Amino acid sequence: MTAKSWKGLETYLLVAPQTLIFLLFLVLPILMIVLVSFWQFNGYSMVPAFTLDNYTSIFTSSVTVKTFLNTFKYVFLTWFFTLIIGYLVAYFLAFYVKDQRWQIILFLVCTVPFWTSNIIRMISWIPVLGKEGLVNQLLINLGLVQQPVEWLLYSDFAIVLGMVHLYNFFMIAPIFNSLMRIDRNLITAAQDMGASGFQTFKEIILPLSAPGIAIGSIFIVTLVMGEFVTVRMMGGGQSASVGKLIQTQIGSLQYPLAAANAVVLLLVTLILVMGILRVVDIRKEL
Amino acid sequence: MQKRSLTFYLLAAFFGLFVLFLYGPMLGIFILSLQGPEGGLTFPMKGFSFYWLGQVFQEQRVGNFVEPFLRSLFLGLVIAFLSIVVSVLAGLAFRSRFRGANTVFYLTISSLIVPSVLISLGIGIVFQVLDLSTDWFSSGLGAHLTWTVPFAFLIMLGIFNRFDPAYEEAAKDLGASDVKTFWEIIFPLILPSLFGIFILGFTLSYDEFTRTSLISGQDNTLPLEIFGMTTNVTSPALYALGTLTTLFSFTMIGIAIFAYGRMARRQQE
Repeated sequence: MTAKSWKGLETYLLVAPQTLIFLLFLVLPILMIVLVSFWQFNGYSMVPAFTLDNYTSIFTSSVTVKTFLNTFKYVFLTWFFTLIIGYLVAYFLAFYVKDQRWQIILFLVCTVPFWTSNIIRMISWIPVLGKEGLVNQLLINLGLVQQPVEWLLYSDFAIVLGMVHLYNFFMIAPIFNSLMRIDRNLITAAQDMGASGFQTFKEIILPLSAPGIAIGSIFIVTLVMGEFVTVRMMGGGQSASVGKLIQTQIGSLQYPLAAANAVVLLLVTLILVMGILRVVDIRKEL
Repeated sequence: MQKRSLTFYLLAAFFGLFVLFLYGPMLGIFILSLQGPEGGLTFPMKGFSFYWLGQVFQEQRVGNFVEPFLRSLFLGLVIAFLSIVVSVLAGLAFRSRFRGANTVFYLTISSLIVPSVLISLGIGIVFQVLDLSTDWFSSGLGAHLTWTVPFAFLIMLGIFNRFDPAYEEAAKDLGASDVKTFWEIIFPLILPSLFGIFILGFTLSYDEFTRTSLISGQDNTLPLEIFGMTTNVTSPALYALGTLTTLFSFTMIGIAIFAYGRMARRQQE
């Protein structure tokens, strides 16, 4: 064997384990979901078949359609708030914290909660937002309300709040990354030529940080589209999302129906991601 | 200049509020877990003691935490180790161009952005069709890898991007084999980063919930056990458990940051 062909083979051997993991635990499962979405459910287990019943039942059921719309609502609201918050935080860190050591420390402060348990982070809202929680105590003591406000917890408000709390890291990190890459000379040049602070932001900083925004948005969209834990914990009983619907269907062993929902969910997510990628070219960032 | 400093203070105040939003609630349950035995789920605090922290280790009516903790610990260590091995190998390969590199890259990234519920459902269906039983150490392990390996891989690419190839070329010119070059040159140089990836992989796995939730089989990992508790437990024991497991995560992150900084510094000297 020549040295060159060994080099080629060696490369493929090196990437083989990682590729294998994703073929086994990502590609194969998704192919199986697509396959099973055409199967039938006979009341207690799934049976191989080819039927479109699962799909027709999704699009003809007003409950399912509403659940999808509700999920979009969560996606949009979470995206909107994480973007605003994430951008302001990243902007502050990148341009207003001059000392590099402080920059790193404050960035770590923003990222550490991401490495802790999501479940615990959601539980920790109970003493704050609950019926006898801090916010209600404050409102009553100030005389702003007579009765405790009920919709603070176990509501759509709580769900969006919980998701913004859990996922803002995914917006901050990529935006911070792209802001840090902006050549500071460009900003000085713009200012020297008489651009106002807002003009500098609009003409230079915003376009150059667009890839970061795009990457953050992709994360938020995909995380929230499949959400069911936050919806379950922060939303109480009534709130619905596609993820929660799928989970409930699995609970009653309706795998084909759950699979069909998952396929629609995946397609919608892919369309959203493609849409983002069409608007912004992120390849420079990768 | 005057105007600029006003923006600074506004943004700094916003940042402060954001940090409060991030950490405030967590701090709340830390404080509430230190209540006396008569304590409840909300403020004000009733008494002060370590009663509830101790309760976590007692026999529980609703669940046992020691075994799920040990399971999560073991799984986290295995996942962290596997993530490192796999991503280092792939990282080495990605230093040269090869056909299919893009495919592998996008395959890995897509694992991060596939809605988690699909991973759980998909692996569940595969196991169902193959007539295998789902368990935290089989299907759960696979699900965790789909979450930790992409992170490890991305960090690895960053490390090898900054890696100076002159050292290993020198070693090879002196006749060292690829394997020898790796162990004697590359490995010591990337070791601090590997340690960081190990801890990050561990904490990601230790706290993972969504991807495992439908396919953990009979025995729960710790996050699943805690989730089960949320519906039944109405005492500060829940907060105490949250406090302990969060402190554990904080400690791990602290060690990672500290060791990384220290080893990186030693290498510079």
